Amino acid sequence: MLTPEHNDIVPSAEIEMRGVEYRVARDRVLLSKLALAVRQGETLMLLGRSGSGKTTCLKLINRLLEPTSGEVRVQGKSSANWDPIQLRRHIGYAIQDVGLFPHYTVWKNVALVPTLERWERKQVEERVEQVLQLVGLPVREFGQRYPNQLSGGQRQRVGLARALAADPPILLMDEPFGALDPLTRADIQREFQQLQHKMHKTVVFVTHDVGEALLLGDRIALLDSGKLRSLETRESFLRSQDEVAREYIAVYQAGRLENSSS
Amino acid sequence: MNFLLTHKREVATLAGEHLWLVAASMAIATAIGLPLGIVLTRKPRLKTLVFGSTNVIQTIPSLALFGLLLPLPWLGVRVERLAVTALALYALLPIVRNTYIGIAGISEPVREAAVAMGLTSSQLLWHVELPLASPVILGGIRTATVITIGVATIAAAIGAGGLGEFIFRGIAMVDNNVILAGAIPAAVMALAADLLLGGVEKLLARRQH
Repeated sequence: MLTPEHNDIVPSAEIEMRGVEYRVARDRVLLSKLALAVRQGETLMLLGRSGSGKTTCLKLINRLLEPTSGEVRVQGKSSANWDPIQLRRHIGYAIQDVGLFPHYTVWKNVALVPTLERWERKQVEERVEQVLQLVGLPVREFGQRYPNQLSGGQRQRVGLARALAADPPILLMDEPFGALDPLTRADIQREFQQLQHKMHKTVVFVTHDVGEALLLGDRIALLDSGKLRSLETRESFLRSQDEVAREYIAVYQAGRLENSSS
Repeated sequence: MNFLLTHKREVATLAGEHLWLVAASMAIATAIGLPLGIVLTRKPRLKTLVFGSTNVIQTIPSLALFGLLLPLPWLGVRVERLAVTALALYALLPIVRNTYIGIAGISEPVREAAVAMGLTSSQLLWHVELPLASPVILGGIRTATVITIGVATIAAAIGAGGLGEFIFRGIAMVDNNVILAGAIPAAVMALAADLLLGGVEKLLARRQH
């Protein structure tokens, strides 16, 4: 695997959107003229309100949706030229509702993609144990449980383990921690941060929570009504003069003030 | 009751015929209905056509359906053939409908996750859709089986055998005992099938919420 240092020599965009537009009807534009690049190994946060086009943007990357016009490039290759199955196997996907298979044990949920990719049985076993350990769920204790025997936080962890199972270079996450209680959420955010520190996956992470964006993101892309307002590093985002960005920062600072005074 | 006991052997023969009619027609109906239901989930445009025509079949009175098929060249030659075809046509709707509903009813996040993981259409079917829809699909087969056991009594009207023989004979003889000798075993058969398949359905649904 390439290390991020390698990348500085050859600045390669792992994911690139070029003038991407997505319309559902002639006049309903969900995304317009979107251009952005995600660098290898970085965590890019897509921040915005509901309906701002964050999720649409994410789904264009793994071809759950096809752009109306423009081009999405993944690893230097236009997504239209990727075989969608191959493309998706390269990309881990974690969503708020997790979507674990209720009829499969935790073990089988995590093992599915490596198995479909025809890994050796032994390799699959090792990998499942490894990724479950990574998300804090020892396989001995949790492997044979069914999703309905897990808490919300545990399910989300399994979802993350499943997304990581086949070791994809890219990870797409759609408000994965959005439905968790605040404490579990803080735990899992911290764990994810540590995890990403080790993994250096290319992550595109959708959130409406500015605090989460600032905590986890290397860079923050602010979307508003289907348009990219700004794309900045964490530090420069805080100093941003963009009107909408200022609103988010105000909310963020108000929240911090409240927390520190209580 | 007495008649039933004294004619044990004949009851057994006719019950055997009855069972065979039901089993053969259910096998055919499932072999056609299940794939058809799956096709509808992939090509929803065909829904109107398929549900429309299976619905129409369902509304034809069973006796009339037997009669309608009688003049057909290959079918009309052998009454068993005809009876099995008619029964299979009747059983089609619940199976197609439940297969479609079962698969279409799978929760959106589960389907989305499966597609996003890179499952092909057939992997999606075998790993996710069929297992999760299986209780609903089996529910359709159960409904169809119970209906078929009932309708199969009418097969006797065209001479295809089964427990209906007793019923028609009893009506002709104005003898309730003879009617009951056909009706009771048929009812028991229907209840048993319902119970048995209901049990399997519960078993399949155990791990799902």
